[in-house]
Amino acid sequence: MELLTPSIGLLFWMLITFSVLMFLLAKFAWKPILGMLNEREKTIADTLNEANKARAEMASLTAKNEELLNQAKEERNLILREAREAAEKVKSDIMAKAQKEAEEKLAQALREIETQKKAAIVEVKNTVGLMALDIAEKVIRKELAGNKAQQDYVKILATEAELSGVSASSN
Amino acid sequence: MKISIKPLFLLVFAAIFFASIVPVHVFANSTEETGAAKTEEGHKAGKFNAGELIMEHIGDSHDWHLWGKGEHAVSIPLPVILFTPKGFDVFMSSAFHHGEAVVSRKNNYKLEENHIKIVNEEGVIDEAASKKIVDISITKNVVGLFFSAFLMLYIFLSVASTYKRNPDQAPKGIQSALEPIIIFIRDDIAKSAIGPTKYEKFMPFLLTVFFFIWFNNMLGIIPIFPAGANLTGNIAITGFLALVTFIITTLNANKNYWHHIFAMPGVPKAVLLILTPIEIMGVFLRPFVLMIRLFANMLAGHIIQLSFFCLIFIFAEMSTGAGYGIGIFSVLFNVFMGLLEILVALIQAYVFTLLSASYFGAAIEDPHQHKESII
Repeated sequence: MELLTPSIGLLFWMLITFSVLMFLLAKFAWKPILGMLNEREKTIADTLNEANKARAEMASLTAKNEELLNQAKEERNLILREAREAAEKVKSDIMAKAQKEAEEKLAQALREIETQKKAAIVEVKNTVGLMALDIAEKVIRKELAGNKAQQDYVKILATEAELSGVSASSN
Repeated sequence: MKISIKPLFLLVFAAIFFASIVPVHVFANSTEETGAAKTEEGHKAGKFNAGELIMEHIGDSHDWHLWGKGEHAVSIPLPVILFTPKGFDVFMSSAFHHGEAVVSRKNNYKLEENHIKIVNEEGVIDEAASKKIVDISITKNVVGLFFSAFLMLYIFLSVASTYKRNPDQAPKGIQSALEPIIIFIRDDIAKSAIGPTKYEKFMPFLLTVFFFIWFNNMLGIIPIFPAGANLTGNIAITGFLALVTFIITTLNANKNYWHHIFAMPGVPKAVLLILTPIEIMGVFLRPFVLMIRLFANMLAGHIIQLSFFCLIFIFAEMSTGAGYGIGIFSVLFNVFMGLLEILVALIQAYVFTLLSASYFGAAIEDPHQHKESII
């Protein structure tokens, strides 16, 4: 029974020691330790949250960048296509214009040539006519003084010359 | 190869460690034999008395016995503080000369089986007067109590200062050994048994009681001064701890708790006649069981280990060879028991804390959420 009988002295010292121990530990050990543990847990949780948030933000930023890049590419393609089309158009316009101008010049030149040709022909005819007249005049003057055959021949010549001269002048 | 050496080394070390008790007893035994034979005073007359040796080791005493027996004992004297009807007396326990001398102060005191008694002029014990002594001496257990308290203060205050010095850092050194335990008590004992919002005000008691029991259980296993006082195997200590649990439970108990005790809801009136006395008994039985469980577990562990050491000397008295033979077996068994006791030291601290927390949880439980309380 000795073992089962609590001794007053030990109880007394236990009361004092345990109370002081618990007071000191509660105030100077448990409070700061539990406080720091809570704080650390909060810090870790906060940091993790922040990291997650930053990662999400990064992902959204990357997506946005991608989108911007795609948009820029599309725009570039559009611009390039438009430019190419415009250049094509300018090129074809210029070509068409040049073609047209060349054709016009050619036509004009042909027309000119025709006119010149006609003028030249008329002039040649006139000159030939005059020359023929001159010749005829000279021949006639010399031969008219001769025989009748010659006079007939002059007549024929004169008629011919007159005819061609008329036809040439009529043209 | 390296891995297999480690546990072997531990085993050898533990064997040496526990065997270190043996020489003290060998010495004690032999001196006692010669001393008792000379003086003819020893009531055991040279016989090895296992029961007395065990009781001496698990009990309290007014001096801290180191080695030796009777006249030749070497022990640390401790102060004796007495309140008697005639007044207040303080002197060192060495004045008793191991129980042989009568100390004359305001009364005449004599040490009788570790109890201080008042004797009259003729040297006869006056039992009536002895009963009136209030003995608050600094005994072996009180020294052990002070030592464990200082050890705890030193360790936890230095850990707390490490926390303050390195906020938001990974734990270092002893801090990293204690932090998981503190978090375990907070999360798996307090939060789960009391509730995630109300647990905080019980934390100082739960942490203190857990580490107090654990430290003292461990110190009780170590056989050399200043450890070795059998504190948690003393009913005064476990009784006090259980009393604190009971007081905290009762002071914090809400209407719902008392309602469940005096008139369990949903139970017929006739059954209440039986149930209510049982519930009222339960209120006192719970801390009582708490006290007995820790006390008996620690005491049993000490007694088993001491008994196996005593076997060596009981057999050695029959023949030296038998003593050596049983010695090998005893030491091996005590190594095993020692490892088991280290486990029990932690388990008992855990059980006491967990049950205290669950009683607090039951006392402050809200009416709508019913939870089974554990006895």
